[in-house]
Amino acid sequence: MAFISSGYDPKQPMKDRITDIGPRKFDEFYPPVIAKNKGKWLYHEYLQPGVLVHVAESGDEVYTVRCGGARLMSTGLIREICEIADKHCGGHVRWTTRNNIEFMVDNKSKVKPLLDDLKGRKFKGGSFKFPIGGTGAGVTNIIHTQGWIHCHTPATDASGPVKAVMDELFADFQDHRMPAHVRVSLACCLNMCGAVHCSDIAILGYHRKPPMLDHEYLDKMCEIPLAIASCPTAAIRPSKVEFKGEKVNSVAVKNERCMFCGNCYTMCPSMPLADTEGDGIVIMAGGKVSNRISAPKFSKVVVAFIPNEAPRWPRTTHIIKNMIEVYSKDARKYERLGDWAERIGWERFFEKCELEFTHHLIDDFRDPAYFTWRQTTQFKF
Amino acid sequence: MAKHKTPMLDQLESGPWPSFVSDLKEQAQRRAKNKEGVEFQIPTDVVEDLLGVLELSFEHGRTHWKHGGIVGVFGYGGGVIGRYCDQPEAFSGVAHFHTMRINQPGGKYYKTDYLKQLCDLWDLRGSGITNMHGSTGDIILLGTTTPQLEEVFYELTHNMNQDLGGSGSNLRTPSDCIGSSRCEYACYDTQGLCFDLTQEYQDELHRPAFPYKFKFKFDGCPNCCVASIARADLSFIGTWKDAIKIDQEAVQGYIGGEFKPNAGAHSGRDWGAFDIQKEVIGLCPTECMIMDGKTLKINNKECNRCMHCINVMPRALRIGDQRGLSVFAGAKAPILDGAQMGSLIVPFIEAEPPYTKIKEEVIEPIWDWWMEEGKNRERLGELMKRQGLQRMIEVLGVDPDPRMVQEPRSNPYIFWKEDEVEGGWDRDIEEFRKHHQR
Ligand code: HEM
Ligand code: HEM
Ligand code: SF4
Ligand code: SF4
Ligand code: SF4
Ligand code: SF4
Repeated sequence: MAFISSGYDPKQPMKDRITDIGPRKFDEFYPPVIAKNKGKWLYHEYLQPGVLVHVAESGDEVYTVRCGGARLMSTGLIREICEIADKHCGGHVRWTTRNNIEFMVDNKSKVKPLLDDLKGRKFKGGSFKFPIGGTGAGVTNIIHTQGWIHCHTPATDASGPVKAVMDELFADFQDHRMPAHVRVSLACCLNMCGAVHCSDIAILGYHRKPPMLDHEYLDKMCEIPLAIASCPTAAIRPSKVEFKGEKVNSVAVKNERCMFCGNCYTMCPSMPLADTEGDGIVIMAGGKVSNRISAPKFSKVVVAFIPNEAPRWPRTTHIIKNMIEVYSKDARKYERLGDWAERIGWERFFEKCELEFTHHLIDDFRDPAYFTWRQTTQFKF
Repeated sequence: MAKHKTPMLDQLESGPWPSFVSDLKEQAQRRAKNKEGVEFQIPTDVVEDLLGVLELSFEHGRTHWKHGGIVGVFGYGGGVIGRYCDQPEAFSGVAHFHTMRINQPGGKYYKTDYLKQLCDLWDLRGSGITNMHGSTGDIILLGTTTPQLEEVFYELTHNMNQDLGGSGSNLRTPSDCIGSSRCEYACYDTQGLCFDLTQEYQDELHRPAFPYKFKFKFDGCPNCCVASIARADLSFIGTWKDAIKIDQEAVQGYIGGEFKPNAGAHSGRDWGAFDIQKEVIGLCPTECMIMDGKTLKINNKECNRCMHCINVMPRALRIGDQRGLSVFAGAKAPILDGAQMGSLIVPFIEAEPPYTKIKEEVIEPIWDWWMEEGKNRERLGELMKRQGLQRMIEVLGVDPDPRMVQEPRSNPYIFWKEDEVEGGWDRDIEEFRKHHQR
């Protein structure tokens, strides 16, 4: 392969350089019906799971078909999305915050051909390319992070567990039978690139072993002060270590202080902490970000650890599926999972969901822990 | 024939949900066939090797990526994330596999000519694998080699009028909800404000000068579709001050069953006939609604704009006309001291271009304070915790407002300042002793 220059000259990096231009402006990309009616929408309705209509003051309508997508996506698939958008939507398409793809048309007669086209498209492996759903009181797409496909600190994969869980919840992606929205999200380490801490159900990768120390290379590969400073719990200190008869500069870790965050590994590649048995999944539940009826709230840890069971994470998927089933049967209309758990009491939540309550689930992390202990006679047997 | 056997990944091809494994495999085949005759600038088998190394991670239960070191484009401190494989001999195609973050357009609307141009560029100069989108909001181009970074950047800026997004200790790529472009609940133009601030603060976005990362997110109403209140250092959430507009005829339409509650979001189950008393009035958190005969009445002064009634009856109830936004500060993920929600710092501010008040009276004073007093890697929310909401109020030069707290303090340990106490703290002990013997 011959190198093809874009026009960039490495000897003169500043020549013709263009910087600080920002993104393309949103209105360049609006479909005409959106551009015309922006700010003048009257109301919307879900015609069926995955299909919305918005009606404007002008009487204009825009029909939206929402499809689930893996956020890990090839250019080949994006080109196919373009082909569909060219064929049905005048060359316009958008994505939602939760990795769904939305095709919009400006006339009801265009909806059925679009739906038929989308339903027929499958990967050679058999799965849908564009499953229709993700609206209303159902389970929408999982927002997630990188995992083993690209990041250096994950304690679990992202795309794999997401695929496994969504396969299990697929019927509810295409249905509106839940009491309220159910938002599932996944972050593959406790840095949580993805607001999983405020989801109805959160899947969180967690390490359980402190970093290993590669003393031979540590001082050569790392800035020791940076590694020390990176630790949120001040568990790392400088240390001289005997290595093959020589004294070398290295670090020591106070293991019992380690919260397994991986920050040190980000700063110092000689402190890896990934481990087959040590790593796995924490399940959290009952968070929300909407201000509807009740205030936004954090998700709570309901399962302290599940081992990584690649490729399909059966215990993780089973626990989530079961929790959603119990919630859907027991909660009231409009009640989010966390509001339901608070109404029935968390003691009842564990009982109904058949989850074991272990000491790991009692908060012991700094001051706020105290306020999570029961400080009233009002509890249930 | 696939280059690597992937028996574990293969099990993720079945099932209805879109399989990323199938997508990657088909992409690998497209690259191998190369029908268009593209002169790939990075190894042709990059996707094969990506599948191979991922299979190895599935076997080991451990990632095989190393942290990237410093790679980037000249003059920018962010936008590129360096990544190297820790098994480069076995998977040479992904030995260097850096990511570029591309600043997405507002609302994530696209025209296909733009997307195709981006695909052409990424097929030529990268792996052809993306994230649509990363959780910050950027388009993520996943995997290329160091020499291609400047080339991609040059083509983006020269041919596509498109810049990179932010990463590192700087302003991260701002993101917005779909807002007024298609949502009748939007109380301001989220895309307008998001774009304006992104352009205004390009320097802060590309050149790290902050103690740590800083995020703006824009939700058009309290439904918070982009979760700004949970994950942005400054969240801009649309709101209104006057009355919810009521169409009494449409209210009867819901009561009579002509319109489906919550726009049909509950159509998958028979919840019985719509009961406005139970489903709307009874769930209103402020109990500010009543039915007076056939008229729905809202005591708007008591409404806290939770959106519930409007969500249930979008054809009958509409947001008010005196619109603007509330600003919340300091949300962050759990590291280090536990997760924090954003705290209300500005109950109401108008959001009309050119947004001067938002910039000069909210954002910039906060940045000045944080850059002056924030410690290295201290998020705004942690600085607020360390110095108190009082300090934030001082920085903004606003009056304390009971709206800013959930409840007043329950301890009386008030750190009075000397100038708040009549006569100050300097006292004459001799004068005191005249009346109080030793
Ligand atoms: C010690 C703290 C942190 C470290 C070491 C860290 C590290 C990283 C790394 C390495 C990535 C790149 C993943 C990849 O593409 O391979 C990443 C992505 C990201 N981080 Fe962080 N991060 C930290 C804290 C945070 C915080 C506090 C936030 C937000 C509040 C955040 C938000 C994000 C987002 C939004 C992404 C993009 C994830 C995606 O691709 O969807 N990070 N982080
Ligand atoms: C290394 C650290 C982190 C990284 C790399 C990171 C990255 C990201 C990214 C990329 C998103 C994008 C979600 C989207 O636009 O769809 C995101 C969303 C979010 N992040 Fe973070 N984050 C980090 C830490 C945190 C922390 C510490 C918190 C909270 C305390 C947090 C809370 C959130 C929330 C609430 C969202 C919204 C998710 C949603 O859309 O539902 N993040 N984060
Ligand atoms: S959550 Fe952690 S492991 Fe996952 S992509 Fe973000 S930083 Fe990497
Ligand atoms: S993993 Fe985190 S807590 Fe543990 S030593 Fe490293 S930086 Fe400190
Ligand atoms: S946050 Fe509000 S305005 Fe924005 S898309 Fe969601 S419901 Fe609409
Ligand atoms: S918006 Fe919420 S608080 Fe206001 S009237 Fe409606 S339900 Fe009640």
